[in-house]
Amino acid sequence: MSALLTVEDLRVAFHTRTGTVDAVRGVSFELGRERLGIVGESGSGKSQTGRAIMGLTPPHAEVTARKLDFDGIDLTNISARARRDLRGDRIAMILQDPKYSLDPVMTIGRQIVESIQAHEKIGKSEASKRALAMLESVQIRDPARVYDLYPHEVSGGMGQRAMIAMMLIANPQLLIADEPTSALDVTVQLDVLRILDQLVTERGMGLIFISHDLRLVSSFCDRVIVMYAGRIVEQLKASELNQAQHPYTRGLLDCMPRLGAADRHPLPTLDRKPEWAL
Amino acid sequence: MTNALELDRVEVVYDDFHALKGVSLAVQPGEAFGLVGESGSGKSTILRAIAGLAPVASGTINIDGQSLSKRRDKAFYRSVQMVFQDPYGSLHPRQTVDRLLQEPLAIHGIDDQERRIVRALEEVGLGTGFRFRYPHQLSGGQRQRVAIARALIVEPSILLLDEPTSALDASVQAEVLNLLETVRKARKLTFLLVSHDLAVVAHMCDRLMVMQHGEEVEQLLSTELSARKARQPYTQKLIEASTGFRR
Repeated sequence: MSALLTVEDLRVAFHTRTGTVDAVRGVSFELGRERLGIVGESGSGKSQTGRAIMGLTPPHAEVTARKLDFDGIDLTNISARARRDLRGDRIAMILQDPKYSLDPVMTIGRQIVESIQAHEKIGKSEASKRALAMLESVQIRDPARVYDLYPHEVSGGMGQRAMIAMMLIANPQLLIADEPTSALDVTVQLDVLRILDQLVTERGMGLIFISHDLRLVSSFCDRVIVMYAGRIVEQLKASELNQAQHPYTRGLLDCMPRLGAADRHPLPTLDRKPEWAL
Repeated sequence: MTNALELDRVEVVYDDFHALKGVSLAVQPGEAFGLVGESGSGKSTILRAIAGLAPVASGTINIDGQSLSKRRDKAFYRSVQMVFQDPYGSLHPRQTVDRLLQEPLAIHGIDDQERRIVRALEEVGLGTGFRFRYPHQLSGGQRQRVAIARALIVEPSILLLDEPTSALDASVQAEVLNLLETVRKARKLTFLLVSHDLAVVAHMCDRLMVMQHGEEVEQLLSTELSARKARQPYTQKLIEASTGFRR
């Protein structure tokens, strides 16, 4: 399997008044056409890793990498314009909350049409036909109605489906999903994941699924990377999560209350060792 | 034994939206009762109705056998306290921890403030080193500890907990849940805990109610929930969904 994305020694640093914050400190991994999960707690650098690949790191931050290669393109060394052409076309990103990531003053249909037209020369009626078809493929029952709605008029689950439709319409090869279901109810969460799973499999995309929820990620992905303090502490197959070696991964698994588990009072807590962050 | 908290066919109506459609429940003193449901199911509205933050259209709410009037008196706010979901939004950004903890004491005219603040901070595991810090200098877990300290400082008998850990990381959630259990045992508190996470409710509570569309779906024991012995299909579906994604 040839790698779609190769990341070697990726570093993201923010220079602030009070000193430099190293958000990502030397992350390396390869991604094929598979589902890769990146898990960690807040501040572990998981989102900054996704954003650096996407090219969305804020301008005052410093991104360096020995290698950041997407399908033969060296991402560390291309113009902002070439980056822009990739973004939304061959690499796409789904964010956590559709309330904030959709444009509130534009109908859902128009936003999807806009994203098609940003990358292709295509007539308006043709574009809206494709937008409708895409809305249908994310299992929106009445696509024509939703097409004309504004983001505030739809539920969270519906908004996130629209977001997925918008991101997948250009048929990207790499999809980065940053907490795509954390703002949704559990039952809706599974519906959205099922749609995402189906589309990713059908179209043979590579998926990076960023989340704080170790159990959810391991039930959805093929492989899981666990991050702590800007570094990868463990990489493992999702099916082998129970054989995790690193005390941090084990601690994360342990400290969550589980349905049907033996009574655990008090819950085991995570005893953070300073050497994990070294 | 009189119930610590009793709701009888409580309805909450916002203009033409029926948020609660006649919900009844009874919680015994010292018991931990959970409310589970999806967003919009009315679980938080129950807490807000008890605290006097939601317009109760009909039905009665009793605390220790006493029916609540429309305007809650001071004694009510001393015996019932609430902890909110978002530790970033529920603490005044320009008040130090010390000032935040003084406020409830001043409102209720409680003396001996110095000693009580020190003790409250120790009780929630923060220590006096945090006393003169501002909320932005604290992590999410530390803020939630301050919010718990602020609720406990007036020595309530009932705590209303609205998703107290859902904005926190898993490891921090475990610490806060343990803290809540410890103070409940030490002070014999009654808990009414709202959460969307079945496992958290099963861990913390003795009994729970599943809600949907402003109505009760069913009430069951946590042990029944853990054994997946739900009677209603909706509860089964929630249990199913909480186990993760399946292909």
